[in-house]
Amino acid sequence: MVKYIGKRIVYMFITLFLIATASFFLMQTLPGSPIASYNKLNDTQKAIVEKKYGIDKPKPVQYAIYMKNLAKGDLGTSFVFKGKSVNDLLATRLKPSLILGAQAMVFGTIVGILLGMLAALKHNTFWDYGSTFFAILGISIPSFVFASLLQYWIASEWHLLPVGLWNDGWKSSVLPSLALAMGPLALSARFIRTEMIEVLNSDYIMLAKAKGANGFEIAFKHAFRNALIPLITVLGPLAAGLVTGSLVVEQIFAIPGIGEQFVSSIMTNDHATIMGTTLLFSAFLIVVIFIVDILYGVIDPRIRVSGGKG
Amino acid sequence: MRNENEEEKLTPEDFERVTIDAHHSERIEKPSLSFWQDAWLGLRKNKAAIVSMVVLLLVILMALIGPYLNGHAGDSQNLRHANLPPKIPGIEATGFFDGDGKLAGKTVNLYEMKKVDEYYWFGTDGLGRDLFTRLWEGTRVSLFIAFVAAAIDMVIGVAYGGISGYFGGRTDDIMQRVVEILIGIPTLIVVILMIMIMDPGITAIIVAITITGWIGMSRIVRAQTLKYKSREFVLASRTLGAKDGKIITKHLLPNMLGIIIINTMFTIPNAIFFEAFLSFIGIGLQPPAASLGTLINDGYKVMENQPYVLLFPAIVISVLMIAFNLIGDGLRDALDPKMKD
Repeated sequence: MVKYIGKRIVYMFITLFLIATASFFLMQTLPGSPIASYNKLNDTQKAIVEKKYGIDKPKPVQYAIYMKNLAKGDLGTSFVFKGKSVNDLLATRLKPSLILGAQAMVFGTIVGILLGMLAALKHNTFWDYGSTFFAILGISIPSFVFASLLQYWIASEWHLLPVGLWNDGWKSSVLPSLALAMGPLALSARFIRTEMIEVLNSDYIMLAKAKGANGFEIAFKHAFRNALIPLITVLGPLAAGLVTGSLVVEQIFAIPGIGEQFVSSIMTNDHATIMGTTLLFSAFLIVVIFIVDILYGVIDPRIRVSGGKG
Repeated sequence: MRNENEEEKLTPEDFERVTIDAHHSERIEKPSLSFWQDAWLGLRKNKAAIVSMVVLLLVILMALIGPYLNGHAGDSQNLRHANLPPKIPGIEATGFFDGDGKLAGKTVNLYEMKKVDEYYWFGTDGLGRDLFTRLWEGTRVSLFIAFVAAAIDMVIGVAYGGISGYFGGRTDDIMQRVVEILIGIPTLIVVILMIMIMDPGITAIIVAITITGWIGMSRIVRAQTLKYKSREFVLASRTLGAKDGKIITKHLLPNMLGIIIINTMFTIPNAIFFEAFLSFIGIGLQPPAASLGTLINDGYKVMENQPYVLLFPAIVISVLMIAFNLIGDGLRDALDPKMKD
């Protein structure tokens, strides 16, 4: 196990290093310059600007400097926001994203689990078909379509909640969280339903029934706990989905979060910020997948990761 | 219920000795089914999948012929006809789709006001382009991207996974190390980075989607190859002198066909989503080209006053995604041997 974890950590660093390298060199080939009205500057001005941002040196040197700083955790300086370091820029934007992500995750999985359980316990009834259909909707409808519809009806037609921005306390976070929660909700509902149906047909549930345990006890004490374990496997895709969702949903609701920052820095060619956000997202997803793999092996002894073989 | 009187009437003559014929025990009662017949039998029972297939065929049909149905070209701009709401002949009498729209907060018939005699079934956008035509043109582009991306994913994935699993050893080791690193890179990040360095367009989107899209397929195919290549029928075939190529095409691929198809069915909605996602955040297709993503993006911008611009592409993309997911579910139930009793 220790060997496996060690191997995985080495792989994580290799992956991050590759992403950093790839994104660095991809940035160099990008069309357009990060410095607005760059073409209007004369040569002396250009030289001054380039020197200031360290882009006057040859590419390999720039790369070495970037990597050296990265090893120290320094993501560089933003080209667009004057003199602001990418670290500071992202730090101020972390909070809204984290709040939205956490709310969506908690709300989505809890409602999803309940829906999935309802469907499994009332297998092949109206409730089952209803919640299955709801889950299909949640998986199929793209988050940005759902978010725009929420914004149109609830915020702009009925004026129930703010249309956007992050200045109205908890109210600002309701609609974006809902839009983000659809994915986790649908995925966990589907997943729990399948698992529960399988578990409910197993012998030990029959035994519990034979011993006279009531329905509630069977559902929660026996079936639910066993059905819950495999849900961990979908946490990885869920987290990836949240990141994808956050890019558009934050954009739609004008939330000052990481996703919105990423999209706007793409639009403004802010190389340092694009690289910083890319690395942040990648690191987040890589760590989540790593934790999921480890957790899965720890919780379910049937899935033992083979130590040195793989 | 047993009737005693009837039971008494039975005499030894009523019975006939059955002789066991050795040939009969080997006889196959039902005609043997091909892979596709078997799949169809399973799929037929799934109502949701059948309805989805019909809906999907309709959408594909509309994507092919829709743009030519009403005589408006998707790229012809007519500023005098800008921002017209939907108006459909026949239905207009019911009060829906009658050309009423909001102007400065009041509901007026914009067709009468602007003296437009033509019908725009789904309305027009800010440049006076017919949205019905543009919607189906966009659907066509989105479907094209999705199908091509899914096909490329399938070909690369099957080839990579097959080679890696079949030849094993050093080849497998190296190929799997590459996959292990690639799989750690979040798809979204790669897609966005790739699309940024290429000229925006259909090719760029397809390349960006496929660049990591094949990995899932390759892993599944590798696992399946490993499973089947050590089975007796493969050994028998090899003993009889079959070459690698024949074993792969004759014995391994047919056994994996089901799982490959299922996986491809789920790749398609994924590709549709990524295309729409990229176009929505503004780095996908560039105007005047239309795809479902760009149409939704256009609609989102004018959602406040012309909600119909957003509504129709949003419905089409949702219907497409739902249909593909339901068909994929149905196929999985029908084809996956693990799910069979």
